[in-house]
Order: sequence, then C-alpha cells, then structure tokens
Amino acid sequence: MSAGNPGDRLKPATGATVGAALRVEGVHKSFDRLEVLRGIDLVVSEHDVVCLIGASGSGKSTLLRCINLLEPIQAGRIFVGDTEITARNVDLNAIRRRIGIVFQSYNLFPHMTVLENVTLAPRKALKQSRGDANAQATELLRRFGLADKRDEYPDRLSGGQQQRVAIVRALAMQPELLLLDEVTSALDPELVSEVLDVIRELANGGMTMVIATHEMSFARDIASRVYFLDAGVILEEGPPEQLFSAPREARTRQFLQRIIAAGRL
Amino acid sequence: MTARVSRETRAVAIALLSTAVLAAAIVVVATRSPGWGAFRAYFLDWAIYRDSFPEILHAFWLNVKLFLVAEVIILPAALFLAVLRSLPGPVFFPIRALAIAYADLFRGVPTILVISILGFGMPALGLSWLPQSEFFWAVVALVLVYTAYVSEVYRSGIDSVHASQDAAARSLGLSHGQSLRLVVLPQAVRRVIPPLLNDFIGLQKDTALVGTLGVVEAFKQAQIDQSATFNGTPYLVAATLFVLITIPLARFVDWLVARDKKRQQAGRAA
Amino acid sequence: MRKALSTSLALAAVTALVVAVSANGRSTTATAATGIPGCAKDKLGLLDKAGMLTIGADNPAFHPWFGGDEKTKPWKFSDPYSGKGYESAVAYAVAKQLGFSKEQVKWAVTPFNNSFRPGKKSFDFYITQVSYSPQRAKAVDFSKGYYFVNQSIVGRKGKPIASVRSINGLRKYTLGAQVGTTSYDFIVKQIRPASSPKVYDTNDAAVQALKNGRIDGLVVDLPTAFYVAAVQVPDGRVVGQFRARGARERFGLVLPKGSKLTACANRALDRLWANGTIKNLQRIWLAHATGAPVLK
Ligand SMILES: Nc1ncnc2c1ncn2[C@@H]1O[C@H](COP(=O)(O)OP(=O)(O)OP(=O)(O)O)[C@@H](O)[C@H]1O
Ligand SMILES: [Mg+2]
Repeated sequence: MSAGNPGDRLKPATGATVGAALRVEGVHKSFDRLEVLRGIDLVVSEHDVVCLIGASGSGKSTLLRCINLLEPIQAGRIFVGDTEITARNVDLNAIRRRIGIVFQSYNLFPHMTVLENVTLAPRKALKQSRGDANAQATELLRRFGLADKRDEYPDRLSGGQQQRVAIVRALAMQPELLLLDEVTSALDPELVSEVLDVIRELANGGMTMVIATHEMSFARDIASRVYFLDAGVILEEGPPEQLFSAPREARTRQFLQRIIAAGRL
Repeated sequence: MTARVSRETRAVAIALLSTAVLAAAIVVVATRSPGWGAFRAYFLDWAIYRDSFPEILHAFWLNVKLFLVAEVIILPAALFLAVLRSLPGPVFFPIRALAIAYADLFRGVPTILVISILGFGMPALGLSWLPQSEFFWAVVALVLVYTAYVSEVYRSGIDSVHASQDAAARSLGLSHGQSLRLVVLPQAVRRVIPPLLNDFIGLQKDTALVGTLGVVEAFKQAQIDQSATFNGTPYLVAATLFVLITIPLARFVDWLVARDKKRQQAGRAA
Repeated sequence: MRKALSTSLALAAVTALVVAVSANGRSTTATAATGIPGCAKDKLGLLDKAGMLTIGADNPAFHPWFGGDEKTKPWKFSDPYSGKGYESAVAYAVAKQLGFSKEQVKWAVTPFNNSFRPGKKSFDFYITQVSYSPQRAKAVDFSKGYYFVNQSIVGRKGKPIASVRSINGLRKYTLGAQVGTTSYDFIVKQIRPASSPKVYDTNDAAVQALKNGRIDGLVVDLPTAFYVAAVQVPDGRVVGQFRARGARERFGLVLPKGSKLTACANRALDRLWANGTIKNLQRIWLAHATGAPVLK
C-alpha cells in the first residue's frame, strides 16, 4: 500500500458505495449496573458531519468509544460501510484502522516525537515503509501548520498543537470515518479556533465525521445533522438550523437555554 | 551574572561546610567511644587491608560475572513475566495465576535458601545430565529470585502508564502486542529505571550469598582472610569493592533519568 | 544422614566404654594435683561472678574432639559436658589444674567467628580446634598447644584420588576445605591445585560436597579426617596426611586479649604435658587418628 497523495486520501476510499458510512442500531452499553447507553440509533451518510450534543454524562464519549470498539456493547449492532463491526469473529484491529478517533486529552505518545507519533500506526499496522510513512506524515503536518514541530516531543507543544498532531495521527491511517470527542474542551480559549479550523477543512475535504462537542456555534456551523443525547438515549435529531432554532423537545430547549446562558451559542 | 556566580559559590561553600561539620561530629563521637581502639584494630588495620586487597579483588571478579550474567537473563525474563501477568481476559487466567504464584514464592523465600537448595540439592540428585557447577546453580537461583522482584517493578511501571495510552494505540489499529511493545512498555520501563537499579544493586550484593556453595567470591575470600588474621578489615575491603561498583552505576542512572526528563520536558518549563 | 548419625552413636558408645575403663585406671592420679601458685580463682578475672569457669565451644561439637550423646541443651551431636572427646577432656583437665571441679565448669556456645571478634567475650577460654598463628595472636591470646596437628585429605574409596601418593598428584583434583580452618591456606599455598578450591561454611556442607562429588578431596585436620571417613562419608577414605614445613601447626586455647587467665592456662597445660595426661588423653580419644600415609 502506498501513501499516494495525502490530500486525496482524506476522502473516503469507497466513494462509490451508496448508503451509510456508519449505522448504529439499538446499542445498549452498561458499566456494571450503570446503563449508560439505552438503545441508540444513528445513521451517518458518507461525507456527513454529525454532531453529538448533550449534557455532561449523557453518554457521548461512551458512544464514540463503542463505535471504535474500545468498549464492548451489551446489545445492538454497528455497521461501518457494509461491515457489521459488532459481529463475532471480526478482526478488531482491521476495523479500528478504518475508524479514526481523537480524544479530548490528545493521548499522544510522550516518548515519541511528533513524526514518530504520526507514523507509528501506518508503519506497524499498515506495514508502510518508513519512507512512505514519513513522506505522508510530513505532508499532513505541513498542511496543518506543524511542519516545524516534526521532531519535537509532545510535551514541548502547546495544547492546540498537540491536539492537531492527534488529528494528524488519526488521519495518517486514512480512515473512512473520523470520531472526534470534545477535541477542544481541554484547550485554552485562544487555541480553540486553530483546532476548529482544522476540522472545518476536513469537513470541506469530504471527511465523514462524528463529533461530540460543547461548541454549539461550531456545531451549528459545520454539522449536517445534530443529535441531542439525553441520559443514554437520542432524544432529538435534525439539521442544525431546525434543532438549534426550533427544538421539539422540552429537554432540548432546556439544555440549549443553559448553553446560551453560559454564553456559548 | 556576577550575583549569580557569587550565589553559587556561596551554596557550594555552605554544602562543603555542613558536610565537614557532620563528618567531624561523627569522627568525634566514634573516636571518643570506649571501644574505639578495639574497633579500629579490628576493622581498620591498614596493613591487613593492603595485604588482603588483591585476593579479594580477584575473588570479586566472580561476583561481577555472577551479577552480569544473571542480570542479562533477569531483565528480559522479568519483563516477560510482567507481561504474562498483564494478559487480559479469562482465557489467560491459568497463566496469570502461575505467574503470580511464582512471584509470591520466590519473593517469599530468602535468597540464601534458594541458593542453598539449588546449589547443594541439584548436584546431590546425581543426575549426570544436570549441570553441576556452583556458578550455574547460583545464577539460576539469583535469576529465579530477582526475576520475581523485577517483574513486580515492571508491573508497577506498566500499571502506571495510563490506560488512555493503550486506548490511543488500539484505536489506531495496533494489536494488543504492538501497543504493549511500542507504546506501553517503553514508557513503563523508563519510569521504573530507578527501582530497577535498586534491584540491580540488591542483586550485586546478594552475589555474596553464593559463597555458601563453596565458591570463593569476595565475601567468602574476606571471610577466609578474616579467619586467618582474626581481623575484620578484609570485610571492609569487600565492602569497598561493592560500593565502588555501585556508585558509578547509580550516578549513570541518575544521568539517564535526567537526560530523559530534559529531552521530553524542556519546552514545558520555558 | 540418619545412617551417619546412628553409626556415630555406636562409635560414641564404644569410646565411652573405653573412657570408663581407663578412668578407673590412672587418669585420676595424673590430674590430682590442683592449685597453681599465683592462680587463685579470684585472680583469674573470671566472667562468671559466682566463680564458675566458662568455656566456649562451637555447636555442633564434632567427634573426636567432643563426645557423648547430645544431652544438655542446646548442644548437638555430642555434649561438651560429658567430658568425652579429646577437647572436652583436655578442657576439664585444665579446669581441674586451676582448681575447678566438674560442676564448676559451664560451657558457652560460641560460633568460631565470635571467638575472636572485638568486644567482650562470652567465655574465659575457648576450645574448638583453633590453630595458632602470629597474625591471629594479635587479636586474641593463645595458650600453648594442646595438640600438634597435621593436615590431611579425605577422598572416596574407588575414586582416582584415593590412590594418589604425592602432593603433586593432588593438583589436578577439585579440593575443598571448611572456612575458618587453616586447611584452605594449606590447599592454596602448599598443594596449589589447578582448579580453584571450594570453601564451605560448615562441616556439613563440606561433607555433602564430598559425598555428591562436587569436590574430590576434603582437606581437614587428621583426627577430623578419620571421623569424616569413618562416620560422615560412608565410602570415605583418608588418602594421606601432610607433614608441616617449618613450625608444626598447633591447636591452642583462645582467650581474650590480655586475659589474666592466659598465663595460668599455660602453666596448667605445662603440667598436663609433663605428667603425661595429654599423651594419655590423645591415646584414648585420638589413637585411631594417626596411621595415614604421609604425602610429600
Ligand atoms: N469506564 C467507565 N466505567 C464506569 N462508568 C463509566 C465509564 N466511562 C464512562 N462512565 C459513565 O458513563 C456515563 C457517560 O459518560 P460519558 O463519558 O460517555 O459522558 P459524556 O457525555 O461524554 O460526558 P462529557 O460531556 O462530560 O464528556 C457517565 O455517568 C460516566 O460516569
Ligand atoms: Mg465525554
């Protein structure tokens, strides 16, 4: 497998397939007795950008982790493209290579340079040559304004830079689907925009994304659909204009009012 | 600039002075004690020190060989054991249980017993295909005991690497083994270098127990010289050698740790 | 081990009989003389305030140096209080010369290493096959000799070493000794074997090593060699003994440095040599330990 043109590769490889990039059906997830997800249904078409909003503890992160198979689910099914990833006997590692995830706390590998962070998985999981992996990583880093940080260790970068590296690290695997879990909430306010700009660019490039976020104006701006999660169920969903301006559910309205009061919309 | 230099000079001066005062206090207390004469005659006989030094140094070479050979086996073996203990899921329960039983057993039994039981017991079995040499069984005993200790050190290192690191690696499609090998263990090992060194020094010192098997290592040679002269100074010779080899090692690891820290965190402080 | 023990018990019984017989004979008269001028008990600086004589010995106390069954706690293997065995008998003879009855003697378990370490000692004198050397005499007082000793070597019957007839012939074998003995010194300086000798912490460890073939030969003093060969190693054999070069090696009583007792113990020993007691006790306890070929 060669790196090709990294810019093109940001687009899903299976562009010809009609239908959903991601389908979540009746997913239940419990931690011991605590039922965190109580029957989630969700469909994401290719090139869609879906935003998950909801109060803290409503289950946004858990849902993303379930989609990436980092958490086992108790009931329901998840499809990526045509593959049921929750089926038995699937190759977990192969599935995860198709789905990128970026965490709130970056989770960069502190003992590796930026370049090593980005090329580790392409080299070890995709068996790319060092040369190919380095070329692709360098190009991605350049695109996201990180070219000069290539050989730094993560601890020497700002939060915004670290988060951008984490996004680049996920992109280097050329995922069909990118999951972003509150990628700006650990950042100082002045660093938020540099990360949001990156995500915007990805959206413009046609990347299919599921984004858990508290940045309502950003969600309104970028999302093709918004899902409102409340206590483990999807209470309401719709295009951003509708959901933000005319929510049907009282709880959604409450939630949005609190957000507005906090000055975040 | 000059202010800084003078502040540093003052700090050095204070350090030197306080050290000197403490040393002087110790010397005064010791030399004024009623048994000081007997103590000095018994432990600080310069002529005996000089005379016994070459032989003990020669014997010490055996200690060096023992701990080098043992350590080379222990480091990977203990890591392997620690990894076995961290295997997830019920399938690996028997392996985990065995690894735990092993660690409990060999951390519990005094090293000298393990050395004696193997070193005297194995040759006594009279099996000609079994190695007979004391060196072999001493290494086996030290490896068994210290692998148990060191695997615990590794394990604490592995536990100290946050689960999110593994999650990040797995989310990128790396296998459990790759995540462990490329992401978790490198960080874990770096963190446990100081306690690893502790165990390494412990191992060095415990090579002195191998003398029970009859081989003449430094401590045994000191014992021989002591009983020949009825003077304890040869033990001081052995102690000197053990300390001499420990200090550079300790400083080396300090340096390693400092270098690592600096490399990863220099930007943060700025 | 059990076999070795029962054999040793049998041996002890036999020797006990011998003593009983000879004790009725002449030894009573030989040791009758008591009281050495200038050695009154209160001038000896005794450890025990009640005036008992405290004698140190290592535990276990081995044949033929000590005899009797293990009876008084904590003594193992044999019992210094029995008066049986060469060193026990000599110790009581010295005590008697100094005016102590058998009841006025007590034995203190003292590991070899503690016999010479600095600080207060736990005995008035110590007796457990300690060889005199000028170097050692800097740390403790030594009495005159109560036994002149030859080093010797024990091997196993039927092994190549059993037929060796010269010191040179021993060089190719793996030899061992017990730590604290002068035997190791003898191996290193006189025999100079090709492979490095082994040194064991205890008699038992050394004997085990000989039994399971870790060493071909064990160097010990001659009386001990006979005991090892007869009792501890079933197929053991005293291959030979060595003549000392220069001054003969001797066992002496160990006393605290500068002890007031040293001079008196020497005078007691002088008497015991002069009146034949020592020779007599050697005949009783060590007679079998003489006839080994001399290796040169
Ligand atoms: N590993 C876990 N073990 C037990 N409970 C968990 C675990 N992870 C999450 N939870 C619980 O699941 C619930 C949902 O958590 P989750 O992190 O998915 O919420 P969230 O919507 O992402 O919240 P936030 O906006 O604060 O990130 C919470 O009650 C949380 O305490
Ligand atoms: Mg969350």
